[in-house]
Amino acid sequence: MSFAAIIILTGALTAISCALVGSFLVLRRTAMVGDAISHSVLLGIVTVFWLTNGSRNEILMVLGAGTVGLLTVYLIELVRSSGRVREDAAIGLVFPVLFSIGVIMVSRFPQTVHIDVQHVLYGEIAFAPLRRLELFGADLGYRSLWVLGGMAAINLAFVTLFYKELKLSTFDRGLAATLGFAPLALHYALMGLVSATTVVAFDSVGAILVVAMLIVPGATAYLLTDRLGVMIALACGVGALSAWGGYVVASAYDASISGAMATVAGGILVLAVLGSPRHGVVVRAWTRARLRRRFDVRLLVAHLAGGSDPDHLSEQFRWSPSTVRRTLDLALREGYVERRDGDRLTVTPAGAALAAGTDTGR
Amino acid sequence: MIDRPPNPATTDGGAYPISVRDLIVAYRSTPVLWDIHLDIRPGRLTAIVGPNGAGKSTMLKAILGLVPVSSGRIEIFGGPYREMRRQVAYVPQRSSVDWDFPTTAIDVVMMGQYGQLGWFRRPGRRERENAMSCLTQVGMADLASRQISQLSGGQQQRVFLARALAQAADLYIMDEPFAGVDAVTERAIVELLQRLRADGKTVVVVHHDLQTVPDYFEDVALLNVRLIAAGPVAEVFTPDNLAATYGGRIAFIDAEAAAVASARSAR
Amino acid sequence: MTGSGLSLFMAQLSVLGVTFDYTLRNVLLGSAVLGIVGGVIGCLAVLRRQSLLSDAVSHAALPGICIAFILTGTRSLPLLLAGAAVTGLLGALLVLGITRGTRLKEDAALGIVLSTFFGFGTVLLTQISRSGDADQAGLSRFLFGQAASLVAGDVLTMSVLGAVALAIVVAAFKELKLSTFDPAFAASVGLPVTGLSVLLTVLIVAAIVIGLQSVGVILMVTVLVAPALAARQWTQRLSTMMVLAAAFGGVSGALGALLSARISGLPTGPTIVLIASSLVVLSLLFAPERGLVWNAIENRRAARTMRGTQGASATGRLGGSAGFDIPAPVRPAAPQRGGEPR
Repeated sequence: MSFAAIIILTGALTAISCALVGSFLVLRRTAMVGDAISHSVLLGIVTVFWLTNGSRNEILMVLGAGTVGLLTVYLIELVRSSGRVREDAAIGLVFPVLFSIGVIMVSRFPQTVHIDVQHVLYGEIAFAPLRRLELFGADLGYRSLWVLGGMAAINLAFVTLFYKELKLSTFDRGLAATLGFAPLALHYALMGLVSATTVVAFDSVGAILVVAMLIVPGATAYLLTDRLGVMIALACGVGALSAWGGYVVASAYDASISGAMATVAGGILVLAVLGSPRHGVVVRAWTRARLRRRFDVRLLVAHLAGGSDPDHLSEQFRWSPSTVRRTLDLALREGYVERRDGDRLTVTPAGAALAAGTDTGR
Repeated sequence: MIDRPPNPATTDGGAYPISVRDLIVAYRSTPVLWDIHLDIRPGRLTAIVGPNGAGKSTMLKAILGLVPVSSGRIEIFGGPYREMRRQVAYVPQRSSVDWDFPTTAIDVVMMGQYGQLGWFRRPGRRERENAMSCLTQVGMADLASRQISQLSGGQQQRVFLARALAQAADLYIMDEPFAGVDAVTERAIVELLQRLRADGKTVVVVHHDLQTVPDYFEDVALLNVRLIAAGPVAEVFTPDNLAATYGGRIAFIDAEAAAVASARSAR
Repeated sequence: MTGSGLSLFMAQLSVLGVTFDYTLRNVLLGSAVLGIVGGVIGCLAVLRRQSLLSDAVSHAALPGICIAFILTGTRSLPLLLAGAAVTGLLGALLVLGITRGTRLKEDAALGIVLSTFFGFGTVLLTQISRSGDADQAGLSRFLFGQAASLVAGDVLTMSVLGAVALAIVVAAFKELKLSTFDPAFAASVGLPVTGLSVLLTVLIVAAIVIGLQSVGVILMVTVLVAPALAARQWTQRLSTMMVLAAAFGGVSGALGALLSARISGLPTGPTIVLIASSLVVLSLLFAPERGLVWNAIENRRAARTMRGTQGASATGRLGGSAGFDIPAPVRPAAPQRGGEPR
């Protein structure tokens, strides 16, 4: 495999691992908790690094950082439940503390010199082709592919196995609890996986861009579909696409690959925001304009039925003369109003029903 | 216009405290209020009544210029709200604010005078004394320096009423002041309404407890997107009108209220 | 006011044998200014539940710094900060636009803006560094903050900006307060509520911009949130809360900068964060009335009183309103407080 292919594959596996759990963060409105976790796992990584004198044992890292991730969730909840601090402020209070301790440890302890600030922020995905996994002396291939592939598999297994439970507890936590699905345990399991995913993704994309991979593909997919299964699949696709696009952009401009991945993910999101067939800004504006026209017709017919003079309408509604004309044309075409005796406007029975109808669309 | 309700206005000339003509308000092209035509009579206590989603709060917000209207005209004492603002006091729903905000009861009451103070001027001793007398009127003088989160729901509501008093207005607009308050507060609010009426003020209240409408109010407006009926309680608060307002639901939700209403109208 | 307080603070420190050279003075002053301004404006941000907006805005400032550098090629702080302010405001605007214009919720909007703006910033930052520009080292100080790099001109820029921001808060205090507490009522008395929201966002951006060089984009959120949270526990008045937050912020900033300057390998931003956050923890535990320890003691005393006078209500939460689950401090049973006054 070429260097490029390995980097892209590493990025894609990172993005897919993140998208699988990140979709639920978006749906549960806890995207910023994901942000908090992704910052504070630095402390877990550095602590493990420090305690083991600089080994890069992935299992220990995942355990250590997973613990700190859960600690973050727990501390946010603890501060919030004190009743003195709201959730947003609690998040904003907790993660900088854990992140700061991590940063200070990085800069203070000689064992941790191998983690530098750049690595913390951008990751080292460019080194992915250089690291190989050796087990009992046997070379098993590229380390990043094993680690991230494993993470993606675990997340996929979790989402598949607990699909029904996740869906229900995301949609209706109260109902999930009464049906005995232990939403709290599921919540912590999900957050634990977010933490673990963050750790393994950390190497590739760094602390803050993990957030982009967690949230942006899920948010993009949420704009494109109303079905959970489709949304998760789309999120994985968008994530992988961002990884590929990010690599292409980064090599063209010789810039940070992970930063470019986040930027491309943001670009895809913008496309979805504008062009999503159901929830896009364009479609929404068009639908709103259509509803608006229908509403205007109803307004106009009601006023004509009440005996108002159509010339009076432009000041009544602050409509421009052209809006009055257009709305009148539409009302004539749809048969709510007709011209009788030359020019006199008369409301037809259909128009009278529209004006008087108590059906107000609710 | 289309099946216009009887005009509730019986008094002559002079500008109505509130005069609503041909009002249509829509949220995303769905009508919330449709063709409302209503005059609020001066010096009377008027209840606005209707089911959930009938547009009661929207009506108040339209009157206060807080929501855009699709068409129609609203006049306050014969002028646009913008110019008549100082004659109007507004009591929002209690649940619309954060009661853990770092402020005291008297401080909230003083906010009632911010409109008169204008930009940059600070409330001083005069405003404080005035606020204190307003708190006294609602029986809250001894809790003046209490943090607002430490007040009961009823006490919070009375702080809001005191703030409206501090506005020294001629027209009082209140959004569900009776919602979730204790008996003591309910009595205090009723007394306050009577006092305002005695002083010649006009009061418009969004109300949802049908049973108490005939006891507390003189006029009533029945609203369900359209104005079903408006006028003196004795004439308008009839089982037929209530059924028209609440649809069939009145039969099982508030049969008792309907019974009360019919007993009153029979009297 | 703050100047004399600071010199007093410094005088006390110099008694402790800390000497003040020119650099240290700049570092201390700059960090104190940022703490004071962040504390005051953070009070409004926290009360409006916009704590995390400041996090998103500060991350969004990074590409602005880089773009300003690429366009002008200078390291002049005012220009870099202007760039930061532009993309920071753009980020805030986008959060609002995404929340209003799409089906995405605020948390997702914040995460999106924060991570993609920051991602774009790192692209520009690495681009600048790989194009061989030696000045890149100067830009990465904006990530975690490096108060030691503050020079007198920077402190002046920060002070002027901060003074303007504080003057606006003081001048429009009553309006900002009312529109934060009760926006519907504020609008009904004629305040431009939307305009005041925009003003506050601009003020948040200003506070962030002031702190970028000392604390950095990543941890700036603490400078706004922590002093406000700590101050909130000690008082029931917004004005007092702001003064306290300014004090907490100023002390955290100055102390953090001092420690970071004196102890090698102690980055400024994280140090300030830990000091400010410690103040929050202390306040949450020990502040009178709202403090958790204080409450526990009161609860026990109340329980004892209740055993004594059977049947008396010992709850301090009088009634309670729906939707606000913040418990009031529980006081010893006092009938004249618990009962409804007539």
